[in-house]
Amino acid sequence: MSKFKKKKGGGLPAINTASLPDIVFMLLFFFMVATVMRENTLMIENKLPSASEVEKLEKKNLVMYIYIGKPSRNYKKKYGTEARIQLNDNLREVSDIRAFIEAERADKREEEIPYLITSLKVDKDANMGIVGDVKQELRKVNALKINYAAIKGDVSRN
Amino acid sequence: MAKRAAPEVNAGSMADIAFLLLIFFLVTTTMEKDSGINRKLPPIEESDEEVIIKQKNIFTVLLNNRDQLLVEDELMELKDLKTAAIEFLDNGGDGSCTYCNGKRNPKSSDNPDKAIISLKNERKTSYGMYISVQNELVAAYNVLRNKRAQAQFGTSFIEMQKNYKDVNWIGNKVKLKEKIDQIKIEYPQKLSEVQ
Repeated sequence: MSKFKKKKGGGLPAINTASLPDIVFMLLFFFMVATVMRENTLMIENKLPSASEVEKLEKKNLVMYIYIGKPSRNYKKKYGTEARIQLNDNLREVSDIRAFIEAERADKREEEIPYLITSLKVDKDANMGIVGDVKQELRKVNALKINYAAIKGDVSRN
Repeated sequence: MAKRAAPEVNAGSMADIAFLLLIFFLVTTTMEKDSGINRKLPPIEESDEEVIIKQKNIFTVLLNNRDQLLVEDELMELKDLKTAAIEFLDNGGDGSCTYCNGKRNPKSSDNPDKAIISLKNERKTSYGMYISVQNELVAAYNVLRNKRAQAQFGTSFIEMQKNYKDVNWIGNKVKLKEKIDQIKIEYPQKLSEVQ
């Protein structure tokens, strides 16, 4: 009777894959924490311009978004090719901004209202005409704090 | 017949695949945080009394519908705008501005407090160009403020603002706020837009 059995020849020892779920979970958690859910589905093209002097927007819940741009491919037939305004999930007119701002304000606590910022996410190919109209409308409803959304980068890319 | 166990699939390379994925996403994802240029619109109620501003204290920037730039009645390239704006703001023509480094040209602005940049655009101006111009003008103010903060407090204005917003920053925030406000008073951002 031999104490030492002869090793069975050849064959790789199985690799322990017990840590594999850990890795997958790591991935999962990483993306769960890092990704930002898009609040609105964009119906317009929205390529933001770049600027070097950007400031970050803090306090996401105090930001109202107004999107401006040409209707994207799927909506071209229905809405034409001129730049349009998107509020929440619909394409709207300049005159609807007042109602939109008031609805947003009604959602917030009263003490938060002075800190509300309107973020203008405007496609860089849009004309200033429509942006000017929106700005004028915002002045009328006294929503004076605005932010021109831009990506950090060099202006030569605009 | 003896039952044969199904051969085990070698899953050793699975971790490699997972890592490959991880690296791919790490590289491709951009942690998008909303950023942009902050501006304040003027309130709608217009005061009837006309404020008289001397022509030399106004720096006019005109953007036409072909995205061309007219600064003080001269055609200008976008890249020269920042320098021109800095020169105008920092001029200190009447000598009351002790910290200005400008040429003290009597034909240009009196002091940074009086200097106003007026921006006018057409309806057909593209938004990209408009933002570029806004950016250059804000950059001009930031350069001057940075320089002033560096001379006064040994740190840049941008840094001071960043620290003020940072919750983890250790230091006296009240004092910092005072310093920031002082710089803001010395170089006030007076950017008016003509409708």
